[in-house]
Amino acid sequence: MQYTLLILVLPLLAFVVLGLVDSRWKARTAGTIGTTVMGIVAILAYYTAWSYFTTANPGGVYQKFIPFQMEWMKFSDQLHIDLGILIDPISVMMLVVVSTVSLMVHIYSLRYMEGEKGFERYYAFLSLFSFSMLGLVVATNIFQMYIFWELVGVSSYLLIGFYYTKPEAVAASKKAFIITRFADLFFLIGIFLLSYYTRTFDFDVLNSGNATVFAGTAGLSFLGLSLMNWIMALIFIGGAGKSAMFPMHIWLPDAMEGPTPVSALIHAATMVVAGVYLVARLFPVYYFFAPEVLHGIAYIGIFTALFSAVIACTQTDIKRVLAYSTISQIGFMMVGLGVSGMGGHHGLGYMASMFHLFTHAMFKALLFLGAGSVIHAVHSNEMNKMGGLRKYLPVTHITFLIACLAIAGIPPFSGFFSKDEILSAAFEFNPYLGSLLIFIAGLTAFYMFRLYYGIFWTKEYKHEHIPHESPLAMLLPLIFLALVTVFAGFIPFGKFVTNDGADYHIHIDLVTASVSVAVAAVAIAISTIMYRKENKISDRIVSSFSVFFKIVVHKFYIDELYMFITKKIVFRLISAPIAWFDRTLVNGTINSFATVTQWTSLQIKGIQTGRVQQYAFVFLLSTLLIAALIIFI
Amino acid sequence: MGEFFSKLFSGTIPLEAYIVVSLIMFFSGIYGFLSRKSLLMILISIELILNSIDINFAVFNRYLYPGNMEGFFFALFTIAISACETAVAIAIVINIYRNLNNVEVDSMTELREPSANETEIKEVNE
Amino acid sequence: MEVHIVFYILSLIIAVFSVMAVTSGRLIRSATYLLFVLLATAGLYLILGYQYLFAVQTAVYAGGIMVLFIFAILLTQRPGGRITPESVKQRVFAIILSVAGAFFSGFIIISNIGRVSHLVDMKEIDSRHIGMTLMGTGKFQYLMPFEVISVLLLACIVGAIMIARKRS
Repeated sequence: MQYTLLILVLPLLAFVVLGLVDSRWKARTAGTIGTTVMGIVAILAYYTAWSYFTTANPGGVYQKFIPFQMEWMKFSDQLHIDLGILIDPISVMMLVVVSTVSLMVHIYSLRYMEGEKGFERYYAFLSLFSFSMLGLVVATNIFQMYIFWELVGVSSYLLIGFYYTKPEAVAASKKAFIITRFADLFFLIGIFLLSYYTRTFDFDVLNSGNATVFAGTAGLSFLGLSLMNWIMALIFIGGAGKSAMFPMHIWLPDAMEGPTPVSALIHAATMVVAGVYLVARLFPVYYFFAPEVLHGIAYIGIFTALFSAVIACTQTDIKRVLAYSTISQIGFMMVGLGVSGMGGHHGLGYMASMFHLFTHAMFKALLFLGAGSVIHAVHSNEMNKMGGLRKYLPVTHITFLIACLAIAGIPPFSGFFSKDEILSAAFEFNPYLGSLLIFIAGLTAFYMFRLYYGIFWTKEYKHEHIPHESPLAMLLPLIFLALVTVFAGFIPFGKFVTNDGADYHIHIDLVTASVSVAVAAVAIAISTIMYRKENKISDRIVSSFSVFFKIVVHKFYIDELYMFITKKIVFRLISAPIAWFDRTLVNGTINSFATVTQWTSLQIKGIQTGRVQQYAFVFLLSTLLIAALIIFI
Repeated sequence: MGEFFSKLFSGTIPLEAYIVVSLIMFFSGIYGFLSRKSLLMILISIELILNSIDINFAVFNRYLYPGNMEGFFFALFTIAISACETAVAIAIVINIYRNLNNVEVDSMTELREPSANETEIKEVNE
Repeated sequence: MEVHIVFYILSLIIAVFSVMAVTSGRLIRSATYLLFVLLATAGLYLILGYQYLFAVQTAVYAGGIMVLFIFAILLTQRPGGRITPESVKQRVFAIILSVAGAFFSGFIIISNIGRVSHLVDMKEIDSRHIGMTLMGTGKFQYLMPFEVISVLLLACIVGAIMIARKRS
């Protein structure tokens, strides 16, 4: 399986070539090259998946492969950073997800970004992102993962700030970068602590479940929590930053300033689930050595899911609604991981979480690309500038509806199956948690259909020119993803991805399923009553909960809280005194050196008259005097 | 008196006699170098100085090491070097003349920070 | 006896014209006085028995360098123009320094007089010997300085042209 190396090398080459060429080639050439490369990568990824899943389970249990491994930085015999490719069920699954969505976005962008300034740059960045994300997925050790982790952060930053002349986009890219970077700091500390005590970066060793690996941490604790808990919590903070878990979720809605296909690729389908992937990758460590943290992850996940679902009900920018829905769905995945056990039926949550990651990537990418198509038609992100678009955008309408039904959990669409597994796992863990999740699923259905009706039904907005359906290059990805969304639920996912590698036969828990479908149906019905035709019901509800509504519209004032903490507390109480010290004392010392030197030279510069004869006079006089001194004394 | 004259015109010419001659030449050159304003005058002074050194080389070689040729050749090389120096210096002088229309050292103040009293003079002149 | 007379005459010429060369008010006269001094120096070399140096001194100095001076003077001076006189202060300082230096050096010479008074006879230096010395690479032979000087001369030719040519 040496050819898997090509999956990484090709996008990197594309990035280098497109980045160097910049605008010397025609935009179309650059786009074609990027798309072709991504197409080859996708084919390779599919081939990898096919050959892996058909051959790699001789005893009914999936083996791990490391087709490529090199020692990159060797510090000592024990401490060395390797670069390699790890092939196991979840990395193969992620390869398929990333390459599929990336290919769709590449094709879609050919027309969506047509005529934009910096088209080549856009494709170069997309290639960079694909390279980094694929590298992250196949990392063999935690340090390699960290390297690619930072690379996806950088490419996300570059793509959010793609319209760098727009101040909001610049601010959003900075916000995303700073927050994820801040979280990555904890990740890095966690990596250092972990490798310090275990003497390894290798996932294989860490995930072996062997307690001797972690013997170094035994008995060590800090502030009442064991060291392992601290380490794994720190690593999770890194994942929470990338996956926009509360309270580090604030960058994701702002990241919607980037081009819409980018939002589909990075901020919905692939990069934001890196945190989920990280937890899944280290799942045995979490499960065996830091179960408290794993439960904490479940609670953070469900809180985030609820919190952002509530906010999503009030937003009017369609991309922001989708962003909050993404955060909410990632919360679902986190819950799935958090409640999971190890192996067999206990590993249901893990399997469900990965399944949901897969289906969510598809239908969320579809939603974002559909939203892009709508934005392309009406040139606005605001819901009140839309309405009644179903006549003008029939294909977009149908595919969007399929995605909405999928995310709402209506059978037989894929979202139903994966979400249902998460719900079952949560119920087994804690019935209250499960009930809350069902409520959140209902909220999801509600706000998704509010969005759907807001765009395609309700009163028609008077457009300056009649909206037109998007070109074929944009519709093809929509149709493809819609087909995946319809049929992906029937994939026997338990046969492929479980946390012990063994087969698990998915069976749908009828009670949970029927309850959740009923809740979703009710939520859709409420949404239909409120939003399908223009009416006053929603306004009345808003006015009766005006205070609460206002708080929710302002996203619970989390952004304001951050600004208060940074500006009022950190800047004023810490940074300002440090700045004063630096400017007055440090700079002052250096400046006074300069001042003294300058003053002295001003005083003595008169000696340098520039008259050669004077110099010669002094020189000869001194020579005579010295000669006299030597001879007479 | 006659004895003195006969001493003056008999025997070999002493080494010191040559040195005194070159001494006079040397310090005339020093005087010219220090006092004259014209660049060409300064160059002439330098030639005098170099020439007096040549005499010293030759004389010391002749009197102290008559079998060897070091002083002789150094005098030779000094002559060559002074030829070079003069050629370049005169090229510079001509260039300066082209730019400033005179060749006096005092007028070459372009690269200097003017002292307070010179600025005054310039202002008065203008 | 004859040598003595010639030597005294040459010394007198050198002393007088050196001083006149640096004190004259007209450049062209200074240059002429310098020419006299240089020629007298060449005469001294002849007395010392260095015919070759005499020839070089006459040809290079009196011939080449003096021509350069004359050209430079003609190019930069108006006919009959006098040099603007130097400040008295500058002249006084220069006189004090050079006279003091002359006396100091003279004192040293006089106090060391008679240490080397004998003049060993020397057979005439033939130009073959000079040529061998200039071109040889052994001890007391000067190929290396000779080559360096030739490179320096080349550099001077190029440099002088570069500096003096008109820039468009």
